[in-house]
Amino acid sequence: MSIRKSRDWFSPDYMDEKSKKKSAYGMHPLDEYLRKDRIPHIWCPGCGLGIILNSYLRALKNSHISPEETAVISGIGCSGRAAGYVDVDSFHVTHGRAIPFATGLKIGNRDLVTTVFSGDGDLFAIGGNHFIHAARRNVDFNVICINNFNYGMTGGQAGPTTPKDAETSTTPMGGFEQPFNLPGVAAGAGAVYVARWTAYHVEQLIDSFEEALNKKGFCFIEVLSPCPTGYGRKVGLKTGKETMKHYKENSEIKNGADPSEVALDPEDPDTNIIVGKFVDREAPTYQDERGEVFEKARKKMEVE
Amino acid sequence: MMEPGTYFMEGNTACAEGAIAAGCRFFAGYPITPASEILERITERFPEVHGSFLQMEDELASIASVLGASWAGKKAMTATSGPGFSLMMENYGLGLMTETPCVIVNVMRGGPSTGLPTMVAQGDVNQTRWGTHGDVGVVVYAPSSPQELFDLTIDAFNTAEKYRLPVIVLSDEIVSHMTEKVEVPPESEIDIVDRKKPEDSPEDHLPFCPDEDLVPPMANAGEGYSVHVTGLTHDEKGHPSVDESTQNQLVPRLIDKIRKNADDILDYEEYRLEDADKAIIAYGSVYRAAIEAVDMAREKGYKVGLLRPKTIWPFPEERIYDLASKQIDDFLVAEINFGQIVYEVERCTAHGAQTYLAPRMGGNIHTPEELVERIEAIDKGMIPAFKE
Repeated sequence: MSIRKSRDWFSPDYMDEKSKKKSAYGMHPLDEYLRKDRIPHIWCPGCGLGIILNSYLRALKNSHISPEETAVISGIGCSGRAAGYVDVDSFHVTHGRAIPFATGLKIGNRDLVTTVFSGDGDLFAIGGNHFIHAARRNVDFNVICINNFNYGMTGGQAGPTTPKDAETSTTPMGGFEQPFNLPGVAAGAGAVYVARWTAYHVEQLIDSFEEALNKKGFCFIEVLSPCPTGYGRKVGLKTGKETMKHYKENSEIKNGADPSEVALDPEDPDTNIIVGKFVDREAPTYQDERGEVFEKARKKMEVE
Repeated sequence: MMEPGTYFMEGNTACAEGAIAAGCRFFAGYPITPASEILERITERFPEVHGSFLQMEDELASIASVLGASWAGKKAMTATSGPGFSLMMENYGLGLMTETPCVIVNVMRGGPSTGLPTMVAQGDVNQTRWGTHGDVGVVVYAPSSPQELFDLTIDAFNTAEKYRLPVIVLSDEIVSHMTEKVEVPPESEIDIVDRKKPEDSPEDHLPFCPDEDLVPPMANAGEGYSVHVTGLTHDEKGHPSVDESTQNQLVPRLIDKIRKNADDILDYEEYRLEDADKAIIAYGSVYRAAIEAVDMAREKGYKVGLLRPKTIWPFPEERIYDLASKQIDDFLVAEINFGQIVYEVERCTAHGAQTYLAPRMGGNIHTPEELVERIEAIDKGMIPAFKE
């Protein structure tokens, strides 16, 4: 294919024509799930977000969940922009509040397959309180946390998952705060499904998203993602490719591992990335529990 | 809803009942004095009406989940007081920016900060107008009795649905904790407004393209319209478009949506103003003292009337401007703060009348006697007019 032809292929005219024939066929197997007029996205070369979003949309398609029955909610940050690219009911809300917004949306319409797609700073710093309470309530939705170890969009500042000695914009002499072990937090707060993968583990990621989409209750998946622009270049992982190689060589799959013991070694972030599915258990959801209590109350009222 | 009839009801209970009558079926809240009775009444009544109540982890979560529920198609509400209201400010802005219908009840108590949790004040008035960042158009109702907490909560839901925005019911501790006669009308006599639905197909639908009334029809989540909703500056498709021209289209419309429909939304009441040359302006619980002060001052020979905004925003600015031009020499603004609505009044009266302030710092309401004393002092030229 010549370069010229390739450019024509992406011309606005071609896009318009195609988008009129919505979902008939397209340029990408996931077109029916994408707002094509929003592409290209804003993410940097080497960023893992494209792979992770792609994997999520594949999981939707594999699970035969149509765009019409899907809702995606994001907070603020690079990951927060994901909601803007998916052609479903999608909400790009305030920083840290994706989870309570999703809680209202899901309880307002229980037929919506609801996913929160956001970053580590959004979900665990400014939004951390909402995360633990939604897990405790076991509201029926999924939370995908793209963990790139820093605040990428605002210029690479340290966050709640930044390894202890990493140099960032706000830890120029190296950090000294203990980072969160996200699977440990999720499992401790009551999530019924907890997994961690990296942007390298595409097949496992798709499987894991599918499992979460088909599971009732609060499901949490952490995905480690390269951020060469904001984080990697300061810690010796200068490109997305180098980071992916690092994930490939240093990840160890340990399904069923105790979530409290999968912390990324804060002293040495370059080794021992434990990935896998750590928790998969059954528990009544918020909606189930409430339905039961309300039903009893209504019966009691009828008797009275 | 409740059986129609006459009840002896607390203000906060009446507010919850008004919400249920208006069709509210989602409520999220966090306990706070003096608003907690609204949550408690809702939890008791929601199983019966198949509503969803969530006690959230804080007020940030309460308002965020209310916005989410509204997009799921529910009529949704939260209730709080000063400290919680402050926490809600950011998502109040998200609601205004994304044109999300819902109702926020703020039962005012003494501030700043933790202040006087169990006592009255009216210190949050300007916060309802300017508390969230950026330029906004807002609607705020100020009830003066349990009956109005019932009626105006219904109005608040209807306005929220009609104009697509979070509407505030600004109660205060006295009105909310007062128990009084409340008439609950039959369901058939209550007007209910629902949000406009799109009539075009999902392919052609522009979710933020307004009709002539400047309000866009609203497709809820799950209706197949793939709506994208963002707090970023967005175009008619709802897509983020972070540039000056989109900002210049969107933000003025959000403000004009209220400003140009102000005549429809505006609600105020007048008492003995026909022949008056002095007027008291009061709202919320203070209105109750002011109406008695008018009668007492009249007995002493002063020609005093009363104007009471039921909507603080939009503010009855034209009426007050008119009164200042033609009839009223002195306006006395009575409010439980150090001067908030008085600035609104002063800008409407500066061309033709004097404005005075009867402030109170919170903890208690004005007495009718002290308002009469003010009227007398104004009449004798013994107190200075309010100046910034």
